[in-house]
Amino acid sequence: MAANVTAPPFRVIPIIPAILPGAMEGLKPFVASDKIQEALGFPGELVEDWHDRAIAKMGELLTKYRSLKVYLDACVHCGACSDKCHYFLGTRDPKNMPVARQDLMRSVYRRYFTLPGKFFPKLVGARNLTREVLDEWYSYFHQCSECRRCSVFCPYGIDTAEITMAAREILDSVGYGQKYSNEIIGKVHKIGNNLGLPGPALEDTLAGLEEDVKEASGSDVRFPLDVKGAQVLLITPSADFFAEPHIDSLIGYAKVFHAAGISWTLSSMASEAGNFGLFIGNYEQMRKVALRIRQAALELGVKRIVVGECGHAWRVAYSFWNTLTGIGDGASDPFALQLQRQLDHRYRQPSHICELTWDLIERKAITLDPDANDHLVVTFHDSCNVARGSRMGEMPGGQFEIPRAIIRASANHYVEMQDATTREKTFCCGGGGGLLTDDLMDLRVKGALPRMEALKEVVDRDGVNFMATICAICKTQFSKVMPYYGYNMRMVGGVHQLVSNAIRLGD
Amino acid sequence: MAGILFAVLFYAAALILAGGLGFRIRDYLRTPAPLRIPTTPAPTTGGGVVLRMAREVIFFESLFKGSLWTWAFGWLFHASLAFVLMRHLRYFTQPVWFWVDAVQAFGVYAGLAMVMGLCGLWARRFLVDRVRYISTLSDHLMLALLILIAVSGLSMKFLDHADVIGVKAFFLGLMQLDPQPLPMNPLLYLHLSLVAALMIIFPFSKLLHAPGVFFSPSRNQPDNPREHRHIAPWAEKLESEA
Ligand code: HEM
Ligand code: HEM
Ligand code: SF4
Ligand code: SF4
Repeated sequence: MAANVTAPPFRVIPIIPAILPGAMEGLKPFVASDKIQEALGFPGELVEDWHDRAIAKMGELLTKYRSLKVYLDACVHCGACSDKCHYFLGTRDPKNMPVARQDLMRSVYRRYFTLPGKFFPKLVGARNLTREVLDEWYSYFHQCSECRRCSVFCPYGIDTAEITMAAREILDSVGYGQKYSNEIIGKVHKIGNNLGLPGPALEDTLAGLEEDVKEASGSDVRFPLDVKGAQVLLITPSADFFAEPHIDSLIGYAKVFHAAGISWTLSSMASEAGNFGLFIGNYEQMRKVALRIRQAALELGVKRIVVGECGHAWRVAYSFWNTLTGIGDGASDPFALQLQRQLDHRYRQPSHICELTWDLIERKAITLDPDANDHLVVTFHDSCNVARGSRMGEMPGGQFEIPRAIIRASANHYVEMQDATTREKTFCCGGGGGLLTDDLMDLRVKGALPRMEALKEVVDRDGVNFMATICAICKTQFSKVMPYYGYNMRMVGGVHQLVSNAIRLGD
Repeated sequence: MAGILFAVLFYAAALILAGGLGFRIRDYLRTPAPLRIPTTPAPTTGGGVVLRMAREVIFFESLFKGSLWTWAFGWLFHASLAFVLMRHLRYFTQPVWFWVDAVQAFGVYAGLAMVMGLCGLWARRFLVDRVRYISTLSDHLMLALLILIAVSGLSMKFLDHADVIGVKAFFLGLMQLDPQPLPMNPLLYLHLSLVAALMIIFPFSKLLHAPGVFFSPSRNQPDNPREHRHIAPWAEKLESEA
């Protein structure tokens, strides 16, 4: 635990904190070096004419994204979103209120792109883009995890995440990028995953896993890599390959494939589900990262593409892959058809691992023994990107029901946290959106407060000792920050970790 | 004399309102939404989207989830505004449509309710520290303007009756490009000047939320990205380059 970071005290839940101006002023994650920036085609350092270039970039984005344009125009300052952000609730800094965060950009938009802002800046709160404003952007647009909670409550659905992404895109374009996200994107382009884990290392890791599982369960559960002609290509966050507790879910997926007799493979070229191109709001980067998966699918000749437990990855896969890479259905253009003809459209393309597992459970193609998890009292943390940016199954809201159904099939003791903090109202873990870095530890601990409060309730009342989730970032974030709140880091884990405990391997 | 001034003012205001809104809406229509970003859970079909949008526009569904007080005052204000505006249609139609006749009875109540709603919304801007923090001068002035319009309108009912037949003749005349005299009444002049100001401000201010809500991608997109491939023209270009 970092010595200078402490968890804020728990509140009585419904009380909205009073604002504390300046609470997080000047917080600044590490700036990307010239090497990191240039690898992505961004200027290496803040360019001389940053002002003009930033305004030009903003103008360009306003013609490319209807969301940005409408959202900057439509806000009426009603304040409905003002108490909805976990970073505001945790830090009390008023600039972490979603509307105030948007206003950091809206004020500049008004000044340069609207008549009232040009003629009466004071009246409408418009201001010039000064160096101070640019630094303020860097600071507060890196205190937003792009979780979309604010957009649920806004009468116009204004999604602060869209504004944050645009701001980061502008910052990158003038040479003022964030180290953490941009370094990771560079690694994916170069090596194929966020961790920079090369193919041979991955092979070793998987071989080791096969031995471990054999020892523990007696079964020959395989972890295949680069197998041509496999039915399923599994795309999973690279943290699943070695981080705790992620790896337990990877074992869970492998056991599911094994028990159901589905042939599957991982890919060394596309060994990453995560796509940080989303976080920096850059379409080209996001597309380039996603194209590796298309290429792997084509080369391996797979019939199905399945995505492991990762929140933002599932949003990108579910909502954007079809657009970016053609992984999906219903296309008529040759680029997308090349892949879509190969895929088996009796299955959803792409599928979430939970969709696959739940389908097998329903068809009784695998058997679970929930008693195996009797030492656990389980609750479920909905991950923001899954909850508010994707779906599972046929019905809206399937992304809430399917993971819960799997948990109930895998464990006998399950309780819900407070309604106001679950499903589409769920709180971000505090580490999403490219903020899962040690230089933002203080923010991460404070941002976790609302979730920790809801967890505390069910721990105290129902004796919950396991919080399941289906996101690699949530898992890393919680195992890191829960100790600050007095909870054991092993209290968090994946849904497929429960499946792994409960599944009957039948050999 | 006043008739001519107001005639010019209203022609100009109507032009700015229609032109400004038309320009803005054309802009929204032309700007692509390259990625599917509905806030989920979202309807999966076009019909579902129409229902979702109707719930937003008629009941302010999301605001209801977000803040009960704001919802109560905001909804009261907008619902009354809708009644007031419907009632005002009698100045612009001849013969008056039957349903416009039917809402006449609610006029005064709607006017009063509108003021109450606006005052409630204004009070939040002083009393709630978060809302105070985000309020700009223009937010306050907008509420003041609407309250003044409503109060001047109500005063014509309670204090100094306007000659509504004359008002109607004036506006019907304007619509037929045949200016008529405007009845002399200071409250009416005030009311009309403020209304013209509102019309002029509309396309340049946050009042764009009224058309904006229909163009919000997080609300107006069906949730069907796996079933259909959506691609914006500028993004398609990347594919042909590759
Ligand atoms: C499609 C039609 C419209 C919809 C769906 C709509 C919806 C809303 C909503 C949900 C709010 C936020 C809550 C509130 O503060 O009341 C709001 C605020 C507001 N609306 Fe509308 N509105 C519409 C049309 C109009 C029109 C025509 C006017 C103008 C005369 C107007 C004036 C305002 C004002 C001034 C506010 C801000 C209130 C404040 O300062 O708190 N709206 N609107
Ligand atoms: C060109 C447009 C308008 C004209 C000619 C007009 C004219 C009038 C007149 C003559 C009255 C007095 C009614 C009576 O004594 O029975 C009135 C009342 C009123 N006006 Fe307007 N007005 C206009 C636009 C507006 C607008 C845009 C609003 C709201 C934003 C508004 C709000 C009111 C209210 C609240 C009342 C009192 C309640 C009622 O009689 O309905 N007016 N208006
Ligand atoms: S997207 Fe999430 S983190 Fe960002 S302002 Fe909205 S609620 Fe806060
Ligand atoms: S809820 Fe929407 S309209 Fe209201 S202040 Fe927040 S962003 Fe603006």
